[in-house]
Amino acid sequence: MKNPELSKLDLEFEQYSYDNATVRKFIIATTIFGIIGMLVGLTAALQLVFPSLNFSLEYTTFGRIRPLHTNAIIFAFVGNSIFAGIYYSLQRLCKARMFSDLLSSIHFWGWQTIILAAAITLPLGFTAGKEYAELEWPIDIAIALIWVVFGINMIGTILKRRERHLYVAIWFYIATFVTVAVLHIVNSFELPVSLFKSYSVYAGVQDALVQWWYGHNAVAFFLTTPVLGLMYYFVPKAANRPVYSYRLSIIHFWALIFLYIWAGPHHLLYNSLPDWAQSLGTVFSIMLIAPSWGGMLNGLLTLRGVWDKVREDAVLKFMVVALTCYGMATFEGPMLSLKNFNAITHFTDWTIAHVHVGGLGWNGFMAFGMMYYLIPKLYGNKLFSMKLANFHFWIGTLGIIFYAIPMWWAGFTQSAMWKEFTPDGRLTYGFLETVTQLEPLYALRAFGGFLYLIGVFVMVYNLVKTANLGSFISEQEASAPALSNDFEKPKGEHWHRWIERKPVQMLVWSFVAIIIGTIIEFVPTFVVDSNIPTIASVRPYTPLELQGRDIYIKEGCYNCHSQMIRPFRSETERYGEYSKAGEFVYDHPFQWGSKRTGPDLHRIGGKYQNSWHYNHMLDPTSTSAGSIMPPYPWLYEKVIDYESTPAKINAMRTLGVPYPEGYEDQAINDLKLQAQEVVDKLNEESNTKTSPELEIIALIAYLQRMGTDIKGTK
Amino acid sequence: MESILGIEIYPVISLLIFFIFFVAVSIYVFGLTKKDVEDMGNIPLNDGLPEKE
Repeated sequence: MKNPELSKLDLEFEQYSYDNATVRKFIIATTIFGIIGMLVGLTAALQLVFPSLNFSLEYTTFGRIRPLHTNAIIFAFVGNSIFAGIYYSLQRLCKARMFSDLLSSIHFWGWQTIILAAAITLPLGFTAGKEYAELEWPIDIAIALIWVVFGINMIGTILKRRERHLYVAIWFYIATFVTVAVLHIVNSFELPVSLFKSYSVYAGVQDALVQWWYGHNAVAFFLTTPVLGLMYYFVPKAANRPVYSYRLSIIHFWALIFLYIWAGPHHLLYNSLPDWAQSLGTVFSIMLIAPSWGGMLNGLLTLRGVWDKVREDAVLKFMVVALTCYGMATFEGPMLSLKNFNAITHFTDWTIAHVHVGGLGWNGFMAFGMMYYLIPKLYGNKLFSMKLANFHFWIGTLGIIFYAIPMWWAGFTQSAMWKEFTPDGRLTYGFLETVTQLEPLYALRAFGGFLYLIGVFVMVYNLVKTANLGSFISEQEASAPALSNDFEKPKGEHWHRWIERKPVQMLVWSFVAIIIGTIIEFVPTFVVDSNIPTIASVRPYTPLELQGRDIYIKEGCYNCHSQMIRPFRSETERYGEYSKAGEFVYDHPFQWGSKRTGPDLHRIGGKYQNSWHYNHMLDPTSTSAGSIMPPYPWLYEKVIDYESTPAKINAMRTLGVPYPEGYEDQAINDLKLQAQEVVDKLNEESNTKTSPELEIIALIAYLQRMGTDIKGTK
Repeated sequence: MESILGIEIYPVISLLIFFIFFVAVSIYVFGLTKKDVEDMGNIPLNDGLPEKE
């Protein structure tokens, strides 16, 4: 029944329809890529227990499929789910159809094409070598373009809305759009060498700072703010009551986006980053607890008085656990940002547990809850089976528990083993012992992932059944009065009310909020010379080492090996002299890594003979019994790409690496000479006869060079 | 900028910016009338669709 008051004004009502077709397309893509991304993740998890699952194939090794898993989950699964939610909620919050059906279509198909390109190029080894930003430059450009299409479509919809006030969910969408654009563009500055190879324009410390500013804020503005926007829409809808405190949501929004942007350096504690920047990261991370928990409580308290509904409603069940996981992850994050705690957890599986509480719990369960809400709405139907939804809920929750607890345990165990000394002051455990110790925990984690995935299959069955029993409402008719043009600002109106009516102003102010922290962290690191003390003995890589480094990047070695020795006795005893900022000035991109499934490699140079590396890369267990590293047989067949050398030298020179003018003409010759030296030494050491043209020779040259520049200069 | 000396001023200034903005938003938020807050909070529940049930 319409309100009789409003019925009198029926003439002013406009008829329009909501586009549900695009929403459905994004939901389908969410489920397909969710399953693929999780299957790849499960495979990667099993590879740590059964290394033979690397299949001795370059395309399926851990180093290549781990980026495939992370990219698929972040950009394909969560990405499509937030687009589905935004396209559904934005239209209804604006009381308007999406701005342009054409742009909706370009956005959808463009995004899926990018995902397809990622799924092809990552296993092929085309990678920029920076975590969660692995995709090469042509795909980066496509992402930027499609993101702008999404932005135009969204802002266009907001501008033609029939609801004067912008609901808080929309603010989160706008902040997401503007910040992700800034993050993606700044972090993706790279100099192309060929169609699928580029070098980051930043080097070493600066590259690390930009990368983790990006990496952290990809979590903040791709996995958090849009999902919070969805939370502010779908939790009230599912509970059929307004959010607990709209006042709190305003403070939540501004405090969250202002503070989040600063926290990136907490990924680099005890690394070669200036101390002041590390401290900033810690302080702002601690402050982040307040808005994060404010948002979580705002969501949970929306259910005050209707908790009985949670017992019956699958949508609310998923969302309550999602919010709880969000609360856990956003408490754990600041704790992990404390230097004393980070000293224990960093480079261990604790990080993996932390991101998966967020990924499986917060992002996954929000997406599932939303889909259980949307599919019946889109098909004018009730959910096919509440029992199956409940089953999904419980097996998914069990999956999270079986995933997170073993990883927390593994993180603590490994760290404690790394740091243990015998009474006479030697390290108690070799690195490999600390890995084999974790295998049962890795097996349990894979089991957790398996349970979670079963739940997803059950959900897909349930949703497909629901859809088949209903009929799809592609166009949903609606009506609302148009906004009058002669709206006059109420007298004495607060400035913030004004911003709340103005999407462009909201966009500008969101940009201001995130750019302050960005500038203050970046400018001194980039312009103050004393931040990165130069070391005279640090020289550019030789052409062969440069090619070897590119193979290191291509194989994704950074997924398991760090190049960052922290200034702890337990690390300097194990690996050697701690890493200095000045050692990385020619590293485009930096390869510090974030996880040590294998040992740190920064001082690997000169530690073993060439023949050790030669045997180890072909069969890691031949030198290290029990190793879970995959073998790399193709490096012994493929020939070094000589022809690319001059272009690489030129590109590096453009980026400031001091190769002399004209060196590119001499580079191939130098490369061959050095390769012959490596081969001669192999022959001398172990009678190994091999060709100097093979990729393994370049990789050995790089490994033997790593971290050696400062040796003897102390 | 040539030296790291005095770098503290940057985070201090930005913390001040945040603090002032935070206080301003808080004053605004708590000055809103109950009706305004209710209207805004109810937007998701009123989405232009014919009422059912």
